[in-house]
Amino acid sequence: MTMFIQFLIDVLSLGGAYALMALGLVIVFGILKLVNFAYGELIMVAGYTMYMVSGLGLPWLVMAGIAVIMAIMAGIATDYVAFRPVRAKSVTAVLITSFAFSTLLQNAAQLFISPRPRTVPLPEIFSATVEIAGVITPARNLITIAAAVTLLAFFAFIMKRSILGIAMRAAATHFTMTRMLGVPANLIISSAFAISGFFAGVVSLLWIGRIGTVVPGIGLEPLLIAFIATVIGGMRSLQGAVLGGFLLAFIDTGLNYSLPQELLKFRDAFTFSLVILILLWRPQGLMRGPATGQRT
Amino acid sequence: MKRHIVTLAVLISLVIGLVVATDLTDIRLFDRIATNLCISLVLVLGMQVFMGNSGILSFAHIGFMGIGAYTSAALTIPVQMKGMALPDLYPVVAAVELSPYLGILAGGLVAALVAAALSYPLMRLSDAAAVITFFALLVVLHTVMLHWSEVTNGPRTLFGIPKATDLNLAAGFAALAIVAALAFKESRTGLLLRSTRDDETAAGALGAKVAVLRWQAFILSALFAGIGGALWGHFITSFSPKAFYLKETFVILGMLVIGGANTVSGAVVGAFMVTFAFEGLRAVESGLNRAQIFSEQVVGLTEITLALAMIGIMALRPGGVFAMREIGAILTRRARKKRDSS
Repeated sequence: MTMFIQFLIDVLSLGGAYALMALGLVIVFGILKLVNFAYGELIMVAGYTMYMVSGLGLPWLVMAGIAVIMAIMAGIATDYVAFRPVRAKSVTAVLITSFAFSTLLQNAAQLFISPRPRTVPLPEIFSATVEIAGVITPARNLITIAAAVTLLAFFAFIMKRSILGIAMRAAATHFTMTRMLGVPANLIISSAFAISGFFAGVVSLLWIGRIGTVVPGIGLEPLLIAFIATVIGGMRSLQGAVLGGFLLAFIDTGLNYSLPQELLKFRDAFTFSLVILILLWRPQGLMRGPATGQRT
Repeated sequence: MKRHIVTLAVLISLVIGLVVATDLTDIRLFDRIATNLCISLVLVLGMQVFMGNSGILSFAHIGFMGIGAYTSAALTIPVQMKGMALPDLYPVVAAVELSPYLGILAGGLVAALVAAALSYPLMRLSDAAAVITFFALLVVLHTVMLHWSEVTNGPRTLFGIPKATDLNLAAGFAALAIVAALAFKESRTGLLLRSTRDDETAAGALGAKVAVLRWQAFILSALFAGIGGALWGHFITSFSPKAFYLKETFVILGMLVIGGANTVSGAVVGAFMVTFAFEGLRAVESGLNRAQIFSEQVVGLTEITLALAMIGIMALRPGGVFAMREIGAILTRRARKKRDSS
């Protein structure tokens, strides 16, 4: 029983973080059909902001707020630098610019800050442990679950009820028609990038809460996770991304519990092979979203 | 092929010019740069064979470079060295000691075989799905290289690979790669594949077997990558799996994109441009580090510049320097115009 609760908490907390990561990626992909390679670097930006404001003596929540705002700004910058100039051109062009922008940000962090890890301030509650039904678990796991549930509910509400949310869903379904009905394209696209940045910022806080330091390459792992989760769940569906995140967390944790030690180091190879298989079986992912390809 | 005689002549004379110029100056640093450039040429042309003709961005390319490098290393490290360099190597392979030249060919062949076995089902995918799968394939190959200690010495540096690649050998392979890439582009397969690039549905409707065509190009591309990787391994003589990941992918992709992915001329010119720009910037970087103007080491300047150049090229000239026509076609047309007007 304790084993089961332990497993459940692990899956839910990991899955919550994964779902948020995937959602940030899929919100941009759903509308623009852009695989945003620079998404991981938004997480890095938030991390370095935390490091830089840590000397100011502000309360942690204020610092976290600043970090999330910086991630949002970086998200909007992605739109202006890597996406808008090539929006009307081929898919490959957009992919290449976003890959280049990701390398640009990473190397800028190396050049202007440092290639070595930097410590990030964490509130005490992140390192505390809690006991639930005989299971001892770090409090940050519960915080992650709570944050994920709150944000997912809030985001679902926005997308269903607010005008911006409805416009964005409309844009994901049929971009040209949405524009003809008077929705400004640039506003929608920038909002998508801003929301993506917001999720990256929050994920960054939760993710760095596990590690405690930030390095220029920190974005790669969350990016890969978001990739796999969206591919499993469905590249064009927001619900699919959430489902994919939790499913991936379930698979990862399951492999962690069951694989023998010498195979465990190949875990990433197993997960990625699984992605390839799922894509072959269902190129659309488990959940099918609206079909469209235009973005001008 | 006939109409590409001029292109072939210009591109090969670029490579020969590079070799001659390096031999004349006789500076070791230049020799290293020129050899690296020739190896990059093999890799970039390999990527061009697939990406230029099929229009699909292949992230997995550098993974096959790694396969080539490690295959050749495992087959050519001298038997008495193997006990130290690869203590857990399987006995069957441990007893083998090939000449490096055979090793390079074996590297290319193994990479091509792995590509043939793995990639057929992936060729049905296009656009974003294809990109993510290739990215996943790169991660899978990297993870395997990182942890298959028996053959790759794990994440640690593998050393003791015999030095065999010199400028002449690398330049020879680069010239061969140019010929092969042009020949493939003009072959029946290449032509059909290019038609699927321009309109997948129409080409499929006319009977082009999209998946098979892409598969053939991908195998050829992996062959180039494997040979390039093995050449590089015998040049650098010690490396770790880190060398075959995103950083290298970015550089090779940058060369191809800046030059123009759709043409062989673009791939060659891009490799030249990026290599020279890189070496210039690297000199600046090490100059700054030596002068100790900044308290920390200056790193990443080269990548930042390349990234900016890629974004700039994509925004202003999305096809690259040579977008559609090979250099030979451009030159002949110019000559003809001049003759007509005079």
